[in-house]
Amino acid sequence: MNQKVRLKVNGTDHELDIPARRLLVDCIRYDIGLTGTKESCSVGVCGACAVLVDGEMYASCITLAASVDGAEITTIEGIAEDGNLHPIQQAFIDHGGFQCGICTPGQIIATKSLLDENPSPTEDEIKDYMMGNLCRCTGYYGILNSIAAAAKNMNEAAESGG
Amino acid sequence: MTSNQVLSEVEFNVVGKRPVRPDGVDKVTGRAQYGGDTNLTGTLQAKVLRSPHPHARIKSIDTSKAESFPGVRAVITAKDLPLASLSKEELGGDYTALKFASDHMMASDKVLFKGHPVAAVAAINAHVAQSAMDLIDVDYEVLDSVVDVREAMKPGATLIHDELRTNDMGETADQPSNIAAHMRYEIGDVTKGFADADLVMEKEFTTATVHQGYIEPHNTTAFWNSDGQLNLWTSTQGSFQVRATVSNILRLPISKVKVTPMEIGGGFGGKITAYLDAICSILSKKTGTPVKALMSRTEVFEASGPAPASWMRVKIGVKNNGTMTAVETEMAMDAGAYPGSPVMQAIVCAFACYDVENGRIDGYDVVVNKPKTAAYRAPGAPQAAFAVESLIDEICLNLKIDPIEFRLLNAAKEGTRRIEGLVARKIGFVECLEAARTHDHYKSKVEKGTGRGVAAGYWPNRGFQSSVVMTVNYDGVVSLIMGSVDIGGTRASIAQQTAETLGIAYEDVKPTVVDTDSIGYTFITGGSRTSFATGLAAISAAEDVKQQMISRAAKIWDASEDDIEFVAGMISHKSDEELKLSFKDLARQTATTGGSISGRSSVDPTGEGNGYAVHIADVAVDTETGKTDVTRFTAIQDAGKAVHPSYVEGQMQGGAVQGIGWALNEEYFFDDTGKMLNSSFLDYRMPTTLDLPMIDTVIVEVANPGHPYGVRGVGEVAICPPMAAVANAVTGVTGHRMNSLPITPGKILEAGWENGKS
Repeated sequence: MNQKVRLKVNGTDHELDIPARRLLVDCIRYDIGLTGTKESCSVGVCGACAVLVDGEMYASCITLAASVDGAEITTIEGIAEDGNLHPIQQAFIDHGGFQCGICTPGQIIATKSLLDENPSPTEDEIKDYMMGNLCRCTGYYGILNSIAAAAKNMNEAAESGG
Repeated sequence: MTSNQVLSEVEFNVVGKRPVRPDGVDKVTGRAQYGGDTNLTGTLQAKVLRSPHPHARIKSIDTSKAESFPGVRAVITAKDLPLASLSKEELGGDYTALKFASDHMMASDKVLFKGHPVAAVAAINAHVAQSAMDLIDVDYEVLDSVVDVREAMKPGATLIHDELRTNDMGETADQPSNIAAHMRYEIGDVTKGFADADLVMEKEFTTATVHQGYIEPHNTTAFWNSDGQLNLWTSTQGSFQVRATVSNILRLPISKVKVTPMEIGGGFGGKITAYLDAICSILSKKTGTPVKALMSRTEVFEASGPAPASWMRVKIGVKNNGTMTAVETEMAMDAGAYPGSPVMQAIVCAFACYDVENGRIDGYDVVVNKPKTAAYRAPGAPQAAFAVESLIDEICLNLKIDPIEFRLLNAAKEGTRRIEGLVARKIGFVECLEAARTHDHYKSKVEKGTGRGVAAGYWPNRGFQSSVVMTVNYDGVVSLIMGSVDIGGTRASIAQQTAETLGIAYEDVKPTVVDTDSIGYTFITGGSRTSFATGLAAISAAEDVKQQMISRAAKIWDASEDDIEFVAGMISHKSDEELKLSFKDLARQTATTGGSISGRSSVDPTGEGNGYAVHIADVAVDTETGKTDVTRFTAIQDAGKAVHPSYVEGQMQGGAVQGIGWALNEEYFFDDTGKMLNSSFLDYRMPTTLDLPMIDTVIVEVANPGHPYGVRGVGEVAICPPMAAVANAVTGVTGHRMNSLPITPGKILEAGWENGKS
């Protein structure tokens, strides 16, 4: 059974006629065509499919698209602003935040969600928040360094009025 | 934050620096195209029907209901594979290997593990494919199964393959058996060696089946054109390996198969085997459209290739001063449903850290009703290191010798002959041990209630074939074209070696990974070989470019090539100071002096780049729950020359963390018949940010004589020491030797505390 679903994804409105059982991850990847969001575990524990729904982090692999009808969604493709990398993205490049890169979209979305809530997290707060994002390559050290650097850079930019 | 040190002896301009990766922006913006992101117009979605039984005979398969289901375009079974129509005589000596390869991909007569493919459906979307698949009726005769490696070895055990006979040191046995191969390597006089010992210790060890745990599930898209050309887009560690497998199973000339390696989301050895490619190819041939398949996480666990469970018995004899006089070990590894466990690599690595005159190793490759195992980071070596390094710890405790002093006393050095015969070239094991001994971590006091463990590891780092082509663009930027898939930063490490050789800026090298039609044969990204072997190919291709640039300068200046030199990116006349061109200036003139310049090279380096690592682990064990927490960890490794130290540190930390997971959490739970019970990331627990301490690293650099910049492979050896380092540390807390992985809270509570809980 199909259903009409309206989503605003990275600022663009979409009106979709999709099966009621369509998962948000499939809707984003295949109906809208933004393949930066990845699916890995399909049970909501690995964080690869993380997106922001009205600013809140969701596991899109266990979310029905129809259940977030009308929402504003931010995917990895919507993190950069005006063609410039977001400081979080730059930090992941500069501090070895990934090896294979498959979990990186989810890690960056989760970092965005963390820093939106808590701009100056402690090391323990970072670890606690990021425990739902699995990475098998780095052992997490490059990721934790990237997040700490991103927070520092963003706070310094904010202080200097940038 | 971690402390990372590089003990460097030699400095270069680009090699050893930490530039950003060329693929960085694509990977942080979601633009990078992984295999699963491939989306050709008109693509059908495929689903694979898999056996619910670990061992059963297929009596019949009825696909008629699925075929007539609306939206279904094709259904296949093993009958659609070429092997089904070819006789044993037609296939000759390759018959058994081919039948195993074909049957592994899709079972023809028997299913040998839960998850074994029996049929596949291509449909207009995944939902339709799934619904149709549920309508396929397979009639199975369920058979007894054998799951445990030692049970499978017993005479009278249920046989998995009726025709499999043990290859016993080259002799084929008379009777069928689950032991596919037995190998023995021996050096010196083992009996005398043990007789000379003051102390002989012997113990058995076991490890569980574990998975590589790459975050990206397997995927492939196939399009078999009407002209007979087969195109594949997939996530693989080896595009040429996929080409070989598919052409073999489908009986196609290799030149008819083109494999485009997409970005790959982790592999660790698990993405060398081609699981879905031939299936999608046949479905594409039948439908005339592209066909794509994606594995679910459950399929990845149940039907890709985990690392083998193992049983090992180790015996070591030592003098009272700690000198090893003899070693002996038996190792049995489960290959899964088809032969081919990494037991040979386990033999090579087991005692490679030590100089011991007398030794014997027996290895057994054993089939069981579990998924066919695959490579996992230093395949075979971590299991062997766990057993050997644990028993050495026991000996050190017994003789009251410091574990690093013991290892220094017995360390392999240049010229040491290993039990399987190879003689070590210049190696850095002693330097790693010295770095461990002097590290703050090792000098610090062991906190009350915690334990400290030390362990070492070895991986050969072999070379194999790589090809590189590079072209000089008129703007002076060099296009670096290679067949090595970039799984964790090798675009950067190969570009660095190219820039170093040409004397140009790293930013002026533009690396691209290409398909199998666009470059010469290149072996897999695996075996810690890519930065080493593809690096060698790039250096050699760059030398080719340099020579051609000298020829051009000779033409421009009307001089002899012998009078021109290429140093640090400048081409100059040796005796006329006026005649001098930068790389970019000369690149600009190539258009008018004979056209574009391309350098090329294919290499096949022999010998080993021997990689050694030493790890130190501190752990605390909760006396109530038995839970182990790693409180401090230091990884020390000889990188020869770290091309990109940050990425080497990433390999060391990533490998150590996989090892910590293997030590403490990770295992396949099987029921008695071989059905996996925990095939999701909910129940198969990989380490998260909360499970780990910071991991300090020390990169030791003892130059590899087989590489101009001294580079050794670095990817794998870091997974070898952690299991024993953690186990030895747990023994330090509880007083009990933990000889079975993973070291779960249950096992610790069961063993209890030797001297009461402190």
